[in-house]
Amino acid sequence: MKELRLMKGNEALAEAAIRAGADAYFGYPITPQSEVIEYLMANKPEDRTGMVVLQAESEIAAINMVYGAAGCGKKAMTSSSSPGMSLKQEGISYIAGAELPCLLVNVVRGGPGLGTIQPSQSDYFQSVKGGGHGDYKLIVLAPATVQESVDYVKLGFELAFKYRNPVMIQSDGIIGQMMEKVELFEQMPRVEPDYDWATLGKKKDQPSTFITSLQLQAEEQEKVNLRLQAKYREIEKNEVLFEEINCDDAEYLFTAFGSCARITRKAMEMARAKGIKVGLLRPQTLYPFPTEAFSKIADKVKGILCVEMNAGQMIEDVRLSVNGKTRVEHFGRFGGMIPNPDEILNALEQKIIGG
Amino acid sequence: MTEEIIIAGFGGQGVLSMGQILCYSGVMQEKEVSWMPSYGPEMRGGTANCTAIISDDQISSPVLNTFDTAIVLNQPSMDKFEDAVKPGGLLIYESNGMIRKPKRKDINICVINAYDESVKMNNTKVFNMIVIGGFLKIKPIIDMENVIKGLQKVLPERYHHLIPLNEDAIRKGMEIITVEHQLN
Amino acid sequence: MSENLITPENLVYQKTEAMTDRILHYCPGCGHGTAHRILAEVIEEMGIQEQTIGVAPVGCSVLAYYYFNVDMQEAAHGRAPAVATGIKRVFPDKYVFTYQGDGDLAAIGTAETIHAINRGENILIVFINNGIYGMTGGQMAPTTLQGMKSSTSPFGRDTKTMGSPLKITELIAQLPGAYFVTRQAVHKPANVRKAKKAIKKAMEYQKLNKGTCFVEIVSNCPSNWKMTPVQSNKWMEENMFPFYPLGDIKVPEDK
Ligand SMILES: Cc1ncc(C[n+]2csc(CCOP(=O)(O)OP(=O)(O)O)c2C)c(N)n1
Ligand code: SF4
Ligand SMILES: [Mg+2]
Repeated sequence: MKELRLMKGNEALAEAAIRAGADAYFGYPITPQSEVIEYLMANKPEDRTGMVVLQAESEIAAINMVYGAAGCGKKAMTSSSSPGMSLKQEGISYIAGAELPCLLVNVVRGGPGLGTIQPSQSDYFQSVKGGGHGDYKLIVLAPATVQESVDYVKLGFELAFKYRNPVMIQSDGIIGQMMEKVELFEQMPRVEPDYDWATLGKKKDQPSTFITSLQLQAEEQEKVNLRLQAKYREIEKNEVLFEEINCDDAEYLFTAFGSCARITRKAMEMARAKGIKVGLLRPQTLYPFPTEAFSKIADKVKGILCVEMNAGQMIEDVRLSVNGKTRVEHFGRFGGMIPNPDEILNALEQKIIGG
Repeated sequence: MTEEIIIAGFGGQGVLSMGQILCYSGVMQEKEVSWMPSYGPEMRGGTANCTAIISDDQISSPVLNTFDTAIVLNQPSMDKFEDAVKPGGLLIYESNGMIRKPKRKDINICVINAYDESVKMNNTKVFNMIVIGGFLKIKPIIDMENVIKGLQKVLPERYHHLIPLNEDAIRKGMEIITVEHQLN
Repeated sequence: MSENLITPENLVYQKTEAMTDRILHYCPGCGHGTAHRILAEVIEEMGIQEQTIGVAPVGCSVLAYYYFNVDMQEAAHGRAPAVATGIKRVFPDKYVFTYQGDGDLAAIGTAETIHAINRGENILIVFINNGIYGMTGGQMAPTTLQGMKSSTSPFGRDTKTMGSPLKITELIAQLPGAYFVTRQAVHKPANVRKAKKAIKKAMEYQKLNKGTCFVEIVSNCPSNWKMTPVQSNKWMEENMFPFYPLGDIKVPEDK
């Protein structure tokens, strides 16, 4: 039975994790995402489904616990916010290298350094371009609503296991802290892992299984890299998600992701009320990026304004996709400041229409 | 209908739960709602605020700079949010401890002394429900029955016996709110 | 009349020079403020304000560098002993201290804590044990008592699944690098005096290059324990002190 509730983004995400049949959550408190572990602890998933929830002594410990559980073929996850996510990068690189499935959640706050606890999107590069060392990719999902925070937990685990690849939900302080209506999916059963790649205990008369990201020979490592690249091409072909609003008759285009797309949507409504024909293209997957959609729409719009709560990160991917076919400008607020629709509309008029 | 509300005051005045109650009640009336709190260390003994939006349509931005209604419960909140009320909008303020009166002439202004009333009711915890009552008197965007249903959702079961008391407080607020400045 | 009272002859108490005029952001009744003050007083009394470099943690005392009127560095969460090591190694003649909460020192920074002390870094570590993550809103700390409720142990700390409260101070006292290890409190005048004496001793030992000095201060967190300051002090005496008994744990043998 589907269930309608009014919930905070972080709490809804935690509930979705239980319902998605997650086996384990490891985390360390940090604002603005501590509600995830607080909700899990209060709602006794251990009793409900047998899911393990553990507060680790640090993010470094937490991500390595995820590595261990994921290596056993379990649905494991962790969540954090920017400074904590930085600490996890080493572990994430190892997980990507060992090709383990897992779900990571980054409720982004302003940086660099300790920064602010207010919402930001300044970790786009970290999530999308690698973050840790080595040539690897995360699948990155960017929810704009509490509902998507819930849906992407389920989708995230599916994709993680389909490709044996870490998946990140990149949300921010707005999506994590706000409450809105959400429809929860039914409880899914936890599944007993039965994967040949997982360390499930050596089977009689069979060689043992091991999880590693280490190759002694460069030739072997290159093979791994080629296999990873082939996998990424598959992901790029199959898993792109985006939303187009008012794009059919658009002369101009806004693009934005996550919470910022909602604010930009308001600016779009204001612009439309003034007679400006502007649409909104919202990437829902930041990797794989909706390159083709941008390339197509670039043929017909006179300019694109990329609105981000950072100093200009996604705009690089937009420009690569558009490949010079139309002008692309950036408007951003950062450090935890949230742009308001008036300034977004103003930026469209100054930088794109007037510019 | 779209009503964009900011509620601000000291932590402990029930600011955040007022917004939640309005939103839960909105859900009961089949509205779209969103609630966004200020969060973090500024809550520590200081001021707290939340944005509540109740609408017939899909809500785009959950964070706003201007509001249809500002409900302010202390002086710092008045100082911060008086100017954020849209022209023609509504400012409701709680008179206790307010040193400076609002200056705007292009908005409607109402005043409510919810604190004294809650003392009279022998329960300062219903303070925020009195304020909600005042707001709903001026802007009846949600029916009383749905507010009660909303309360049933917000309050843990063990507090459900307090719902009649909260209902009384809402009605009290409807009675005592007064208009200080009215446009045309 | 009242104006006349404020004269130099009537002065009985004065704010120490080693603290700035910034208003402390700590909650009413919180032990952090008192702990700051006695450490600052020691620095003033020893006349080492210019030779002292402090390291602030991540925790409620993250802004300690606003309050101590000495040079300070702000470390990443848990890394203060490593940062202090770096400072002390390049400035062996400076007085170096870290000021850390229990989450910072005994969870995320356990490795840094143990290894800095194991190397016998000549620094002072002031450890504020309030059994909780104050700054982030009351989550379980490594020092949270068995059965104690926090926002991540809402039904009380269950030692079977969450581990036992960590007596990190007894643990690090085992390390040869630890020279002077003591546990104090600052909730009553007598305790404040004792704690201050301990900090002073530690600072004096630092001059002798004998190893790490470690002063734990068992403290309260009225906000996240959800108590009034008075209740929190009583609760601390009744519950924290039996598990974390006050007194010296390791004293120098050679004197
Ligand atoms: C890498 C990283 N993870 C998590 C946090 C969030 N965080 C800030 S303070 C804190 C705990 C502080 O507790 P404690 O050290 O006991 O200090 P107190 O506030 O109780 O004085 C946490 C988890 C952070 N800032 N950085
Ligand atoms: S939250 Fe606790 S530890 Fe932090 S300042 Fe307040 S009382 Fe002190
Ligand atoms: Mg603490």
